[in-house]
Amino acid sequence: MIEVDNVAKTFVVRQRSKGMRRSRREVHAVGGLTFSVAAGEMVGYIGPNGAGKSTTIKMLTGILVPSSGRLTVAGVDPARERVGMARRIGVVFGQRTTLWWDLPLRDSFGLLRRIYRVPAARYRENLDRFVELLELAPLLDVPVRQLSLGQRMRGDIAAALMHDPDVLYLDEPTIGLDIVSKVKVREFLRELRADKGTTILLTTHDLTDIEQLCSRVMVIDHGRLVYDGGLPGLHELGESERTMIVDLDRVMPPIEVDSARVVRTDGPRQWLAFPTSASAAPLVSQIAARYPLADLSIAEPAIEDVIARLYVQGSAVAR
Amino acid sequence: MAYRTSFVMMTTAQFVVTGLDFATIGIMFTHTNSLGGYTLPEVAFLYSASGVSLGLADLLCGNVERLGQRVRDGSLDVMLIRPVPTLVQMAADQFALRRLGRITQAGGVLVWSMTRLHVHWTVDRIVLVPVMLIAGTAIFCAIFVLGAAFQFVSGDASEVMNAFTYGGNFLTQYPPTIFARDLVRTMTLIIPLGFVNWMPALHILGKADPVGLPSVFQFLSPIVAAVLAAAGALAWRVGIRSYRSTGS
Repeated sequence: MIEVDNVAKTFVVRQRSKGMRRSRREVHAVGGLTFSVAAGEMVGYIGPNGAGKSTTIKMLTGILVPSSGRLTVAGVDPARERVGMARRIGVVFGQRTTLWWDLPLRDSFGLLRRIYRVPAARYRENLDRFVELLELAPLLDVPVRQLSLGQRMRGDIAAALMHDPDVLYLDEPTIGLDIVSKVKVREFLRELRADKGTTILLTTHDLTDIEQLCSRVMVIDHGRLVYDGGLPGLHELGESERTMIVDLDRVMPPIEVDSARVVRTDGPRQWLAFPTSASAAPLVSQIAARYPLADLSIAEPAIEDVIARLYVQGSAVAR
Repeated sequence: MAYRTSFVMMTTAQFVVTGLDFATIGIMFTHTNSLGGYTLPEVAFLYSASGVSLGLADLLCGNVERLGQRVRDGSLDVMLIRPVPTLVQMAADQFALRRLGRITQAGGVLVWSMTRLHVHWTVDRIVLVPVMLIAGTAIFCAIFVLGAAFQFVSGDASEVMNAFTYGGNFLTQYPPTIFARDLVRTMTLIIPLGFVNWMPALHILGKADPVGLPSVFQFLSPIVAAVLAAAGALAWRVGIRSYRSTGS
């Protein structure tokens, strides 16, 4: 559905240096990006600020023209056939609305129906569905400017889907939302994908979105893909560690075992870190055999930590 | 039409403000009978032809001057993902009917001047009046679009464009005979605003060209408008392709 082949985007920035003289500097927002997304896939696209996420989405939607490389969405070159592309994609910008500030939600939807020339029956069907799933009924007659962020976002998502796009781009759809709204949005996306088989590309800073929605995640940093695969693989790549919290009968010197190290002690309680790839069972038996073990528990690494480590490693991982 | 009172006030205000321009001309004529060899109805004809053209162009395309602002607040991105040409969306968004103020005022003056002109209304002269207004509107529209396209490169430069549109409108309200010949030549041959009203009006009013251009120029307005519109469309396309968007 989405084919990106060695795509780069370079901006020329003019900087004011001494006095009135200006110097030109090239900024490589995205360089040598290659990936493909199959129809019906839901892919998380993450990376630190300024990594090139939004630039990628803007190239995929045809807003920006790539400096080099080939890029097609549903067989269409977005920059060349931007207007035709627009009929087949839906875009949600978390940071700004695509609705009309002064119009009630209902009128915004009606306007979109005409802009996208959605058949009346299909429009009715979609509207009823989205109103039900996103709980929009009480909001339909409220002007968009009076909606809360969470309400507006639900409206925006419905608006992006009125014309049944093949591909949906979500640029930080849960930014600034409270937990309840986030859960609603996630549930909706899950159903949408199961129901209509919409291909979804999602950028976010909330990794829970990814954990709950995406089987595949792509990590971009400094304009390059540093990871593309499943969530479990991400843990390995980030060399993340699980933590075993051990409660002993009494205060003891730090536990000495193979393949684990003590990272913290507090009285009889000790924290041991060991690689995610290793099994916990031999470790537990070793400790139980040599120490007066009272209790233990194991904590999985937080995905935030994994990603943070990946960002730090940065281009080292990217060959 | 969500804000009726505001609409009435804005339209009235524009009606009055643009009317003041004409009041200035009226005051001049209380001291003299002709301005550069043109009588009051003749000057009124020039004034209103330019005013109606600019008014219509402003109504149709005036919104494109907000491009710089749209680039900055990111709302251009939203327009680019819709299956409708961006220029149409720009023009239609917040379609300002209050701009009818300028058109009604100038239109009224146009009708009045035509009843007072001592002109032998032959068919060619009658036909040239709507041709002049349509071509003039197209020329101003093209300049609005060219100015907006320039903003893709320069950031926000709507004032540069205003110098040509509103400034040009101000100059062409007066007879070409009162200006220096070099200015008239520039206004006709380089910035083709002279084709908005001066050139066709020379034929309609039966006046001599102060800079002595061939009389065929008096019928060239539609061609000039078409060329300028093509240039505007091309510049716009180039601008969109070089658009850089903003962060986020």
